[in-house]
Amino acid sequence: MNELKQKIDITKKKFRWSDYIAERIIKSVAFLSITFIVLIFFFVFRESFPIFNFSKDAEHKTEQDSSKQAQSNPNEIQEQYGVPAPEPEKQEQYGVVTSDTLTEATIQTSTQETAQQASAQPAKQEQYGVQTADDTSMIENYATSESKATEVSTTDNNKHALKTLVTKDWQPVSDNPRFGLLPLLLGTLKITIISMLFAAPLAILAALYTSVFAPKRLKEIIKPAIELLAGIPSVVIGFFALMIMASFLQDLFGYATRLNSFVGGIAMGLAAIPIIYTITEDALNAVPKTYYEASLALGASKWQTAFFVMLPAATPGIFAAVLLGIGRVFGETMIALMATGNAAMMGLNPFESVRTLAATIGAEMAEVVFGDTHYNVLFLIGSLLFIFTFILNAIAEFWVKGRLMKKIQGK
Amino acid sequence: MILKRFKRDAKGFFFEGLTLVSALIIITILIVMLVVIIIGGKSMFTWEFLTSFPTEGMTQGGIFPALFGTALMVIIMSIAAVPFGVITAIYLTEYAKENSVIARSIRFAVRTLAVIPSIIFGLFGLGFFIKFVGTGMDSAFMGGQLKWGQPNILWASLTMALLTLPVVIVSVEEALKTIPRELREASLALGATKWQTIRRVVLPGSYSGIMTGTILAVSRGAGEVAPILFTGAAYYLATLPGSLSDQFMSLGYHIYIMTTQSANVDQTLPIQFGTTLVLLLLTFSLNIVAIILRYRIRRRRIA
Repeated sequence: MNELKQKIDITKKKFRWSDYIAERIIKSVAFLSITFIVLIFFFVFRESFPIFNFSKDAEHKTEQDSSKQAQSNPNEIQEQYGVPAPEPEKQEQYGVVTSDTLTEATIQTSTQETAQQASAQPAKQEQYGVQTADDTSMIENYATSESKATEVSTTDNNKHALKTLVTKDWQPVSDNPRFGLLPLLLGTLKITIISMLFAAPLAILAALYTSVFAPKRLKEIIKPAIELLAGIPSVVIGFFALMIMASFLQDLFGYATRLNSFVGGIAMGLAAIPIIYTITEDALNAVPKTYYEASLALGASKWQTAFFVMLPAATPGIFAAVLLGIGRVFGETMIALMATGNAAMMGLNPFESVRTLAATIGAEMAEVVFGDTHYNVLFLIGSLLFIFTFILNAIAEFWVKGRLMKKIQGK
Repeated sequence: MILKRFKRDAKGFFFEGLTLVSALIIITILIVMLVVIIIGGKSMFTWEFLTSFPTEGMTQGGIFPALFGTALMVIIMSIAAVPFGVITAIYLTEYAKENSVIARSIRFAVRTLAVIPSIIFGLFGLGFFIKFVGTGMDSAFMGGQLKWGQPNILWASLTMALLTLPVVIVSVEEALKTIPRELREASLALGATKWQTIRRVVLPGSYSGIMTGTILAVSRGAGEVAPILFTGAAYYLATLPGSLSDQFMSLGYHIYIMTTQSANVDQTLPIQFGTTLVLLLLTFSLNIVAIILRYRIRRRRIA
């Protein structure tokens, strides 16, 4: 007996390096996915951080620097510009990047203050002089973004930019740049509402059809078809919306602007439908079969059961589905870039062009100077998008799931 | 009585019809989209179009560099994403306790990764890979010379790998769960260690799941444009990317550029349709393969 015990002890305590190492590696790799989330948040936010960097210290420094500049002659400042930055950053620019609405972006006026503009003219020409090339050629713009002079003006600009964040004008590239996020926010909200009004009822009803009414054969066609819709790249949906749907809808409704929030909303709805459909279907399938059978046994018909028993029971899941659909639309970039017209306007009319937050990043990031205020503001928009989708996902995950469990298990 | 019954049936007919019509609308839109793109791009869909370079300021010629760039990016992306995804999935199914805090937070992180907008990944690629890692590598190894601190195919692929990681994890996890508990227990009972069991029993059984995950990831990665907008995609390149520090052309970016940024959109319309058709066929065929594979895995679980 004792011998046996000893044997068991020995086998238990036998230490295997390969097992130990494998477990360690697997564990640490798995942890990386959490790290990624933290890293994403950290690095997106880090690039936007300079905009908040106007503490008293920085302000003091700015004053000092500006007074120094006032005393020194322009040549000195010019020299500062000429000195290559310790780590010059290269930025590739692709000629005329925007087509119709953003012509001012191609001019690329500097965001520096006028006084400095005058003194830094030669250096600036070096930076921005090659803007006239046509759209097929590629311009490589070497921006010495971390040079001293830019830093000073950036701090000033950041203060200015922070003040304009809650205004109605989004004019990032002008002599007096204004970074009003309100039109972008409004545009995104408009698109989200339109797309949800279109996609949510369709997807939820379709899910109800496949999980309650549909014969098995039909179900096996509809489900993979909608899964296939999920696999269509957003750029293809955007292309379809831009080339075909926009004209078709314009003929149908006869509004003035061809690309507007309505077209964009419908197109994004197409991207959101598979998400809403899949999660709603899962939620409906998670409703206990007893609910369905009890309802039928009480004399309710099939449609009454579907609408008054199944649907209410799955409400939290459907809510989560719509939330995730909203998250998808909110962050959708390519469709917004291609089908919404991309004009930052404040109107409430759904047949006007709009510009969404994500599309702004996509359209303007390629042409900003690294380290510039505009660059920081774009990253700030990115952080906002990240926080928003993170919160939506957290709500869908914890709150809704908890309620669903409560409801179904009756605890 | 009969009238009442009829009324109820009519109502039922209406509501059931409503759900059927919704499903049909979705399917119809899908079919219309496919048909229109196929009709528009059919004439361009030739061998020559697939294998030649764009010519005459991109108004003529083929899409070979875009096709090649997409393929290359997708391969590098898979090399990065698949091992990561498989290992994470193994941890979640084999090592972690179902309801432990760690497992739950990893699951939450994976789901968050899946819903973060793709443009955020682009920003992350720019802020982390290019500005942090790339610039750091330049100052460490290249003596400040600019090589890695700029958009290139490596950074674009890694950004895309991060985006497609959840796809891999979810499919592999699903496949690992279909492997019967008895198999694992039998292996352990025969004296194999946990790692031996995983390597010899669990992993071979989940190859189809790993395949599904890879295929889905590839199809997702091939179609996404937002993450590579500023991490490596180029408007036009005369040569194919030769090293990891080169930029590349991609199908999706090509479509975007041709439709919205080109000076003569009408003139290049056939090319746009052709490129869209190629991308659509690519992602579609991959998706269909993945759906079939997944269907077979699910059937195995039932059986």
